[in-house]
Amino acid sequence: MLFPPSSTTSTARVVITGAGIITALGQGWRANADGFRTGRTAFRPVSVFDASRQRVQVAAEVDLPEDPPATALSPRRLNRMDRAGRMLLLAALEAWQQCGWEIGSVFPMVFGTTSGGMPLGEAYFRHAVENPLSHQQQATRVTNYQAQQQALDLADALGVSGSATIIANACASGANAVGHAFDLVRHGRAERALACGYDALSHMVFAGFDSLQALSPTQCRPFDARRDGLGLGEGAAVLALESLDVARRRGASILGEVAGYGASIDVHHLTQPHPEGRAARAAMSMACRDAGVSPEQIDYLNAHGTGTPLNDSAEAAAINEWAGAHAKTLPVTSTKANIGHLLGAAGAVETVVSLMALREQWIPPETTLEARDAACAFPVPTEPRAAKLEHVLTNSFGFGGSNASLILRRWS
Amino acid sequence: MTRVGVKGIGAVSPAGWGVGPLSEALRSGTPVPAKDLQRPGWERPLAARTVPAPQPRPAFMTHPRLRRSSPITHYAVGAALEALGDDAHRLNETDFRLGVVLCVLTGCVNYSRRFYDEVWKNPAQASPLVFPETVFNAPSSHLATLLGASSLNYTLVGDHGMFLQGLAVAADWLLQGRVEGCLVVGSEEIDWLPADAIRLFHRSVVPAEGAGAVYLCRGEGDVALHSITDAHPFLETQGRADAAQRMRDQLPPPQPDHLLCDGTQAAPRADKVERHLWRDWPGPRLAPKAILGEAFVAAAAWQCVAAIDALRHNLAAAATVSVVGCNQQAIGAHLRRADQPA
Repeated sequence: MLFPPSSTTSTARVVITGAGIITALGQGWRANADGFRTGRTAFRPVSVFDASRQRVQVAAEVDLPEDPPATALSPRRLNRMDRAGRMLLLAALEAWQQCGWEIGSVFPMVFGTTSGGMPLGEAYFRHAVENPLSHQQQATRVTNYQAQQQALDLADALGVSGSATIIANACASGANAVGHAFDLVRHGRAERALACGYDALSHMVFAGFDSLQALSPTQCRPFDARRDGLGLGEGAAVLALESLDVARRRGASILGEVAGYGASIDVHHLTQPHPEGRAARAAMSMACRDAGVSPEQIDYLNAHGTGTPLNDSAEAAAINEWAGAHAKTLPVTSTKANIGHLLGAAGAVETVVSLMALREQWIPPETTLEARDAACAFPVPTEPRAAKLEHVLTNSFGFGGSNASLILRRWS
Repeated sequence: MTRVGVKGIGAVSPAGWGVGPLSEALRSGTPVPAKDLQRPGWERPLAARTVPAPQPRPAFMTHPRLRRSSPITHYAVGAALEALGDDAHRLNETDFRLGVVLCVLTGCVNYSRRFYDEVWKNPAQASPLVFPETVFNAPSSHLATLLGASSLNYTLVGDHGMFLQGLAVAADWLLQGRVEGCLVVGSEEIDWLPADAIRLFHRSVVPAEGAGAVYLCRGEGDVALHSITDAHPFLETQGRADAAQRMRDQLPPPQPDHLLCDGTQAAPRADKVERHLWRDWPGPRLAPKAILGEAFVAAAAWQCVAAIDALRHNLAAAATVSVVGCNQQAIGAHLRRADQPA
C-alpha cells in the first residue's frame, strides 16, 4: 500500500549498489569516469535534428549503439523506443547488472525527466499538421512520447514491477528522483528503489534555450568571468538504492551512500534564480542537516553550474554564504562543461559522477575555465587531480525555481 | 499513527469554477454540453467540454506571474485557492510549511504546441516568452509564487493514477513532518492536439479540461484519508484488467453505505475494465467523467473531490475512488468521514 505506510518510524541508511550512466563521453562507468577525471569535453555539431537555423549549432550528443540491447522486450517494442528510452534502458541495464536484483522483483521506480520522448511528440505534431487526415503511426507516436511508456518499457525490459513515479521538476528532476527514491528507502516505504534520470536532445527544447539566448555561442565555461551560456547535452543515469541492512544481508557490493537530500523552490522568477541564491542555499543547508554533516565536511561540490551569467552568479553567492570560511578551500566544478546540461537527466548523471569521484578519489576538472569569476570565493580546479573525498554535495536547479541538493558519502 | 485528513477541496471543471457547480452537475446526472474545438485541416470541429470563463474574473489572474500563463495554471490556482480556503493566510506564519504536488498528463499543451509550431516554421522567431511556460512544472511554480510557498514542490507526470500517487506523496511528507499542509492538484488544459490524440484510441470519449485540488493536513479535516493502494502498472505480465483487480483486492470490501467514485465515462471500450471490476458494487456510485468529460489527471482529481464532497454531505460513510488510468496504472483510494471508525 502506498498509504498508510507499513512503517513510520524506521530510518535506514541508504546505499548505492548499482549505477549506470550514458553521456556524450560514452556508455558505462569506465568511459565516463575516464572522461570526467581528465576533463574531456564532448560537444559537436548537432545531428539529431536540423539546427541550421539556430543561433547555436552544437550539443553533446550521445553515440547510441546501432542495435538496441537484448532484453525481454520484443524487437517491435524496442524499435518503437526513442533515443531517450534507449539511453534510459542502457543506463538501467548497467545498474541492474551491478546491483544483482532478481527478475520478478517488485520495487518503486522514480524517474526524472523534463520531456520524455519529446522527439516523438514533435513528429506527432508535424504529422498532424502536414497530414491532418492521416493517422498512420500516430497512436504509436503519442503513446511512446509519454514518459510513463518509457517507465513501463524499462520495467518490462528488466522483468520487474512496482510503482513508477515520474518527477518533472525541470532541470532538478533527476536529483529529485534520486532524492525521492532515497526518501522511500530511508523511511521504510521500500527496501529498495530504482532512481532514474534521462532526457534526449529535442529540437523544441534546444530552440527554447536558443530563443532565450541561454546557449553559449562559444564554449560552456561555468563560473568563468566571461561565461556566455550553457551547452545542451543528453544522457541518462540510473541508481539502484537499497537499505544498508538489506544490502549487507545479501552480500551486495556497495558503491557509496546517499546521506542527505534537500529540496526547495525559488519563487523569485520562472527562469531566473534569486540573485543571492537563497533557495539554493536552503537546499544545500537542508541536505547537510539531513546528512548530519556541516558544510566544512563537504570535500567537493559538483555544482549545477550551467555557465549562464545568472545561474552561476546566484549559485556562487549561495555557495559562498553556505560554506562560509570553508569556501576558500572547497573545490567546486561543474561537469556541464564536459557533457552539457542534461536537463532532467542532469541530477542523476551528476550523482553518478559524484559517486565516481568518491569511489576513485579524484575531482573532475573544469578544463574549459579560463578566468574564474571574482564572485566565486571557492577554487575551481582546472587540472585533473587526485583528492581525499569523504562527502560530496551535488546541486541541481531548474526552471520554475526547483532546487535540489544531494550529499553522497564514500563507502569504505 | 497520526491521521491524515482532508481539510479542503477545490475544483474547476466544464461545470464551472468551484466544487459547488461540479457537485450540482453530478447531481443533475446530465452531461455538460460539449463545445466545438477547431482542428486545423479538418472541416468538422472536434467536440470538447471546456471550462467557462469565470465571472467575475478572479483577482489572482492579475498577479504578475500569471499574466502570461496558460489556462492550466489558472485552473490549478483556482482549485488550489478554493481548497486552501482561509489557510492561504497561514502561509504568512513563519512555521507553516505548505507542500505542493501538482500532477499532469498533457501539461502545458497550449503553449507547447504554439512554441513548437514557431520552432518548426522558423526557430529564429520562436518566442522566448512562451518557452518557459511550456515546462511541466510552470503551473506549480506559479502556484507556489502566488502562495509564497517555498517548501517542497513536486510536479508529477503520468496517467490518471498519478493524482492518487500525488496524494500518497503528500501524505508521506505530512507523516514525516516535512510540511504542515500539502496541496495536491491535478490540472489539464485542452487543445486540439490532445483532443485529436484521444480520438485515435476512443472515438466516443469527450475531452475536457479543468483542475481538482485536495488539501491535506495532519490530524485535521472532516474526511480522513484511509488508504491508497499500490500503483499497479500495466505490464507484459500484468494487463490492465489484472492490475485493476489487484487494486480492488487492496481496498476495503464494498459496503452498501459506501460510495464508489469510478472513472467510467459512457464510452464502452474505455470503461470495460472498470465496469467489470465493480459490477457487484452494492452501494451508491458516482462517475464524474461521464458528466464532465475526459480530463486525464484532472478527471481523477474530480473523482476524489466528488467523493470527499459526498462524504462531507453525509451521503455515505466512506468512499472508494477507483482510477484505472489510460496507459500506466490502476490505483485506488479509500476515504472515510472522520467520525467513522478507522
